[in-house]
Amino acid sequence: MAGRVLRRLARSLLLLLASALVSYAVATAALSPRAYFEDRTPRPPTVAVDHELAALGLDDRTPVAERFTHWAWRAAHGDLGRTLDGESVNAEFGRRIGVSARLLLVGTVVGTGLGVLAGVWAAVRKDRVPDRAMTLLSFLILSLPTFVLALLLKDGALCFNNSVGHTVIRYTGESTPGATGGLLSRLGDRAVHLTLPTATVALGLVAAYSRYQRAATLDVLAAGHLLTAQAKGLTPGRALLRHGLRVSLVPLTAFLSFGFLTLFTGSVFAEQIFGWPGMGSWFLEAAQRGDVNSVVAVTLFAAVTVLLAGLLSDLLLFALDPRVRG
Amino acid sequence: MGGGTEVSDGTDQAPALDIRGLRVVVGAGRAEGEEAEAVRGVDLTLRRGEVLGLVGESGAGKTLTALAALGLTPPGARLRGSVRLLGTELVGLPARELARLRGDRIAMVFQDPSAAFTPVHRIGDQIGEALRVHERPRPSRRAARARAITLLSDTGVPEPERVALSFPHQLSGGLRRRAMIAMAVANRPDVIVADEPTSSLDVTVQARVLAALGDARETTGAALLLVSHDLGVVAQTADRVAVMYAGRIVETAPARELFARPRMPYTAGLLSAAPRVDAAHALSRVPGTQPAPGKAGTGCAFAPRCPVSRPECRVTDPALAAVTQPERGPGRPAARAAERARAAAGASAEHLAACLYPGAGEGAGGGGLFPVGPPPAARPRATAGAAPALRVTGLAATHRTRRGGRLRAVRHVDLTVAAGETVALVGESGAGKSTTLDRIIALTAPEAGRIEVLGRDTAKLTRAEAHRLRGRVQIVLQDPATTLDPRMKIGAILAEPLQAQRVPRAEIAARTPELLAEVELGGEAADRYPHEFSGGQQQRIALARALAVRPELLLLDEPVSALDVSVQAGVLDLLRRLTSAPDGPACLVVSHDLTVVRQIADRVVVMHGGRTVESGPTDTLLTRPRHPYTRTLLWSVPRPDPGARRPLAAPLAPLSGCDTTTGCGFRAQCGAYRELPSEQKRLCEHEAPGPNGPTGASCHFPYPDDATPPPGRPAWRGRPGAH
Repeated sequence: MAGRVLRRLARSLLLLLASALVSYAVATAALSPRAYFEDRTPRPPTVAVDHELAALGLDDRTPVAERFTHWAWRAAHGDLGRTLDGESVNAEFGRRIGVSARLLLVGTVVGTGLGVLAGVWAAVRKDRVPDRAMTLLSFLILSLPTFVLALLLKDGALCFNNSVGHTVIRYTGESTPGATGGLLSRLGDRAVHLTLPTATVALGLVAAYSRYQRAATLDVLAAGHLLTAQAKGLTPGRALLRHGLRVSLVPLTAFLSFGFLTLFTGSVFAEQIFGWPGMGSWFLEAAQRGDVNSVVAVTLFAAVTVLLAGLLSDLLLFALDPRVRG
Repeated sequence: MGGGTEVSDGTDQAPALDIRGLRVVVGAGRAEGEEAEAVRGVDLTLRRGEVLGLVGESGAGKTLTALAALGLTPPGARLRGSVRLLGTELVGLPARELARLRGDRIAMVFQDPSAAFTPVHRIGDQIGEALRVHERPRPSRRAARARAITLLSDTGVPEPERVALSFPHQLSGGLRRRAMIAMAVANRPDVIVADEPTSSLDVTVQARVLAALGDARETTGAALLLVSHDLGVVAQTADRVAVMYAGRIVETAPARELFARPRMPYTAGLLSAAPRVDAAHALSRVPGTQPAPGKAGTGCAFAPRCPVSRPECRVTDPALAAVTQPERGPGRPAARAAERARAAAGASAEHLAACLYPGAGEGAGGGGLFPVGPPPAARPRATAGAAPALRVTGLAATHRTRRGGRLRAVRHVDLTVAAGETVALVGESGAGKSTTLDRIIALTAPEAGRIEVLGRDTAKLTRAEAHRLRGRVQIVLQDPATTLDPRMKIGAILAEPLQAQRVPRAEIAARTPELLAEVELGGEAADRYPHEFSGGQQQRIALARALAVRPELLLLDEPVSALDVSVQAGVLDLLRRLTSAPDGPACLVVSHDLTVVRQIADRVVVMHGGRTVESGPTDTLLTRPRHPYTRTLLWSVPRPDPGARRPLAAPLAPLSGCDTTTGCGFRAQCGAYRELPSEQKRLCEHEAPGPNGPTGASCHFPYPDDATPPPGRPAWRGRPGAH
C-alpha cells in the first residue's frame, strides 16, 4: 500500500514537471510582459524595460528554454520568482492559497455529498416527480456557464435581501470588513459570505454527480446482492444503505479527479465575481497584465491540487473496494 | 430420513409453503407493450420437511417463482396471487414484517453467488449479519462472526476462519455456494429455496455443494424448494417434482412417478432429451422453442410444439388436474410396491398434469412422442496407418499471472486424434483443457512438447504454411451469441472463412445454402441477422461457419453447454451426424460434461491439474475407469433416474502438506493413495506415474476393471424409497 502511494507520488512529480514546462511555454507565448512595461506613461526607455524584464527573469531576448531552466531551478529551491510589481510570488501565494483552499474544500465536500444524496434519491424515486425534477434541474445547471450561474445567484440574493429589508446574504469578500464580535459571530459572518461562492462552484458538481450516482445506484438496485440482503431479512431501505451505497460509490471515485477540474475552473469565476482574493482572481488579474510568473504559479497550484485529487480518489477507491486491493 | 420427513401432512399444520394463483408481471412501469406476464398462475405446495424439485428450461419462470416464495421481486416486477409461508400470507404484507420472516423462517440460496454476495463486505460479516438481523438480543459483531465460522465449517468449508475473513471475489465458485448455504441456514429456517444451487459448477464441486445442502436440510429439518434445470440433480435429491413451462406448472408428481411415467408431453420430451452418462442413446428432440414471456397465445402454451396436440389444445388452456393412474403392467412390481409403501405412509401420491389429453402419446414410451435422432451408430474406426489428424505429445504451457509470476496451466498433455475420429478432452475448470485447445489452434511452436496438426509439426511452419493449414482446422466456441458478429448477416458470416481462403465468389454463393441445409436451417437464413435466431440455431450457424472450408480437423470448445436440454439434443444429434459421416472431419471436443461426451465421442482423454491422466474408448472409460480421478468424476455425475439413487461421490479434501512437485500430481486428492500400505505410498510420492500405463491410466495402482465406487463420503445421502 505504502509502496503504491510512493510510486504514485513519484509519477505525480514527473507529471508536475511536465505541467510546469507546458504552462510556462504557453504563458510566455501568449503573454507579453514587455507590453505591460511599455504601456506605462510616460513610455519608459527600452533599456529600462529590458533591465526590469531581466530582473524578473522575463527578458524575451534570452531563449525560452534558458528562462525556463532558470525559473525551474529557482522554483525547485522554493522561489517562484517575482510579480511584475517586484513583489515575491511566494508571499502573494501564501496570502491567497488559504482563501482558495477554503472555497475548494467546502465546495468539494458539499458538492460531492449533495450530489451523491440527490443521485440516490432520484434513483429510488425513478421516473417519479422528484427524479424528473432533478433531471431537469441538473441539465439546466449543467448548461449554464459558471459566471452566468454566479451572476444569477448574486441577483437572487440581492432580490431576497431587498424583499426582506436588510442584508441577510452577504456575498462580497470573505468577511464583512471591520466586523466585531466574538469568535462565533465572526465564524457565522464568514459562513454567510461563503454561501454564494460555494453554491456557484458546488452546484455544477451536484448536478454532474447526481447523474452519475443515479446511474450507479440504479445498477446496484438491479444487482443480485441487494436481493440477497433482502432475502436475509433487511428492509429494502436498509439493504440499499448497507449493501448498495458503498458499491455504488466505487465508480464515482473515477469522476472525482475529473470533477475537481471543473470545480477549479468554477472557482476562478466565483472568486472574481464575489470579490474573493484567492488564486482564481489572481490568475485573471495576472493574465490580463501579462504577469508570467504569477500565472505559472497559479497553474502549478492547479496542477498540484488536481494530482492530489487524483491520488485521493485512488485512495478512496482502495478503501471502498477490496477487489482492487489485489 | 431428513429430520422433517416424519412430520405428517396433517390438517392442523399449514404446509411450509403454499403458492396459489401466482402471477408475476415483469417490465412494469415501462411502455405498455413491454409488460409481460412471466409467471402465469402457478400453484405449488411445499410440505414441511419435503424436497420439491422445480424443473424447467431457461425462461420458464423458475427464478421468479423462487423469488416470489420469499415475497421478493426483481426491480420493475409485480406480484399477484397468494404465497403463504407456514400459513402467513406474504403478498401484501408490510415490508417490515416481510423482512422479519425472510432469512428467519424462509431463506434463499441464490443462483449466481458471484453476484449474490456484496463485493465489499467480508463473507463472515455477511453471514453474521443474517444472525444480527434476526436474533434478539442482538449478538455482537464478534459473536456473529464466530458463529459464521461454525456455520461455514458445518457446511463443509475447509479453513472456515480464512474463508470468513475473505471477500467474495477471493473465493472459488464452489466455496461461495457453500458460504451461501451457510448463510441461508444461519437461523434454522423452515423453508430453504435454492435457485440453481449447482449450475455452472464442476460435477465434483456440485457433489460437494449438494452434500452441504443435504446436511443443512437434515440438521434443520427444513423443507427445500430446489430449482434446477438439471434433471440429474433433481432426480437424485427431490421427493416430488414440478415441471414448469412458459410461466406455468405443467406437471407435478412424486419423483419416481414423474420420471417413470410422465403424462404431459413436454415432460416426456424433456426427459428423453436429456443425455445420460451411462449409455449412448438416441436423444429425442423437441422442435421449436418455448414462447417468450407474454408471447404465449390462447390455449396450451406447449401446443405449437406438441406432437399429439389436437385443435382444442390451441383454444383451451388446460388447468392442472389429477391424472388417472393407468393400470400398471405386470413388469413393474417394484413401482407397485413403492406405491403401496407410500399409501401406507399416508403420503398422497397425487400426480397432476396440465394437459387435455394426458398420456396421449403413451405406449411407445415417452421418447416415442418426439422425433428421435439417429441412434449412435457404430462409427468408422480410424483407418490404420493413416497419419493422425492431431498428435500432441508432452505439451506444457504457462500463463503470465498478474503478479508477474508464471502459472503452469498445462504440465503434460498427450493426445492423439486419428483421422475421422472424435475425441473428447474432459476435465474440470482449471484442468488446462482450454489452454490445450488454445495452444493447438495457435499453430505455433509450444513452450514445451510437440504438436502435429494434420501431420505438420507446428514448430516448423512458415507463415504461409500456417495460413494454409488454418483453412483445414476450424474451431467452434462455447457461446454462439458472442462468436457471431451481431452486425453481419448470416450469409456474410458463412462467406468469411471462404473469403479468407480466397475461394471465388460464385463458389461461395453456391456453398452458403448447402451449408445451411447441412446444419438443418432454411436457405432464407442467409439474409437474416444472428439475433433473429435462438441459441440452438446460433450454434448451428457457428458450426456451419466452421464447416464452410471443409476442415479436416474440427475443434469444439464446450459446444452445447450454453444450451437448454431440449435444444441441446438437436445440436448433439447434428454433431453426431456430421462427425460420423464418412468424409467428416476429425474432432476434438473439449467438455466438462460427461453426459454430452458419452453421446458424441469415440475416445475420451481425461485431464486433471494440467496433465492427461487417463484415455481410452468412451464405452470402457465411462463405465470402468481405472484412474482414481476419473472414477470420482464419473461417480459424481447425478443420473436422471430417481429409482436408481446412489450416493454421489464427493472428492476428498486435499491432504495438507502434500508436496506434489515430486511423484504423482493427483496424490493429495487421491482416495486410493490414502488406503495404500506405506511402502506402496512411497512409489506415489517419489515417482510420477508414466503418462500412459498399460491400462491407459497414468497411475501406479489403477483400479481393477470393475465398477466399484471410489472411496469418499457420499454427497447426498440417498433416501431410497423415501417419499
